[in-house]
Amino acid sequence: MPLVSVTVNGERKSANVEDRTLLVYLLRETLGLTGTHIGCDTSQCGACVVHLNGRAVKSCSIFARQADGANVTTIEGLAPDGTLHPVQAAFREHHALQCGFCTPGMIMSAIDIIRRGKANDRDTIRHELGGNFCRCTGYQNIVDAIEAAAKEMPA
Amino acid sequence: MIPYTFNYHRAANLAEAQALFASASEAKFLAGGQTLIPAMKQRLSAPSDLIDIGQLQELSFINERGGTIVIGAGTRHGDVVASACVGNRIPGLAGLAGEIGDPAVRNMGTLGGSLATSDPAADYPAAVLALSAHIVTTKRTIAADDYFLGLFQTALEEGEIITEVSFPLPRRAGYAKFRNPASHYAIVGVFVAQTNAGVRVAVTGAGPCVFRVAEMEEALGRNFDPDSVAGISVTAEDLSSDLHASAEFRAHLVTVMARRAVAAATAR
Repeated sequence: MPLVSVTVNGERKSANVEDRTLLVYLLRETLGLTGTHIGCDTSQCGACVVHLNGRAVKSCSIFARQADGANVTTIEGLAPDGTLHPVQAAFREHHALQCGFCTPGMIMSAIDIIRRGKANDRDTIRHELGGNFCRCTGYQNIVDAIEAAAKEMPA
Repeated sequence: MIPYTFNYHRAANLAEAQALFASASEAKFLAGGQTLIPAMKQRLSAPSDLIDIGQLQELSFINERGGTIVIGAGTRHGDVVASACVGNRIPGLAGLAGEIGDPAVRNMGTLGGSLATSDPAADYPAAVLALSAHIVTTKRTIAADDYFLGLFQTALEEGEIITEVSFPLPRRAGYAKFRNPASHYAIVGVFVAQTNAGVRVAVTGAGPCVFRVAEMEEALGRNFDPDSVAGISVTAEDLSSDLHASAEFRAHLVTVMARRAVAAATAR
């Protein structure tokens, strides 16, 4: 099996994968980073969102070999153990999760939205979250959290 | 879901991509993969080899050349959305790009990939056909009117790669779509462009392949106003029916979306 090398959360990782291995399986099963979830597995729900070279992508719809040489950030890499990233803190503060399954993808997308300067009004935040589904339907508090976090983070 | 096995190759340049393609039995090119990879996961597509051209920097650019906006085939939708050049010169095109999928899909999906796949519900084909764009490949230049041939069928030959797409600047243009709420693919999308050569109206999502509506083009040529198309409908006979919408509903939506597209174009 071919070797892929990916810098994950700042650490260089190498693993042998099948050509058909999806990035999400490399992260979850080979590297043990199970914070990235598989929800719909059809690239609609966004539970698998990670950052590839700084941009939000759906890791269930990318082959691990496409990420060879790239930088990947997962939910585990946002803040040192025991601390929270400002978006994670805002999700806790605003009760922006119920079952929590969609939360890692929501937070990775939220950071991307804030960085692109698209978190200034609620309608835009809702539009930008179009690729992240919360089946508890707790969108209200998710939007609250992103709006609050955007004020804490430089765009 | 796991695709069938295949061999992955990352091409260093276009020449290598073409050579790799020629030496494989059932190869496909991989750009952003946002249509192809889901299809492979569902085992609807089973290439023997994937030739990854998604990271070729030479295919990723946006610039203005003599009355046209030229966009590299490997340009991600997100880069088209963020482009001040596209936003200023053809805001309807930037608006369309911002309605494709969702931000994460737009960070991977490419213009060339969308056109090469020619999914019947893809957004870009409507803009390319309505704006009378030219599709430049490794072999030739193809006019939009000659490019889209049918369901997933294009004029591309085996191994031919789209390198860039040239969009002539319209006077006004707008896009409106009724989208599937889960996938965000177009159930019906209509792109309207007013150019010096006349008005063009292109419809995606409604049928097996993007198509123009001559009667709407003539009416809008006389008076470029949403009300001009309000009484014009297309026949449901050749349109698609699926669990999302019947052919009759799609026919209805063509008129509604055409009105909204003209309204969007005239509001700018």
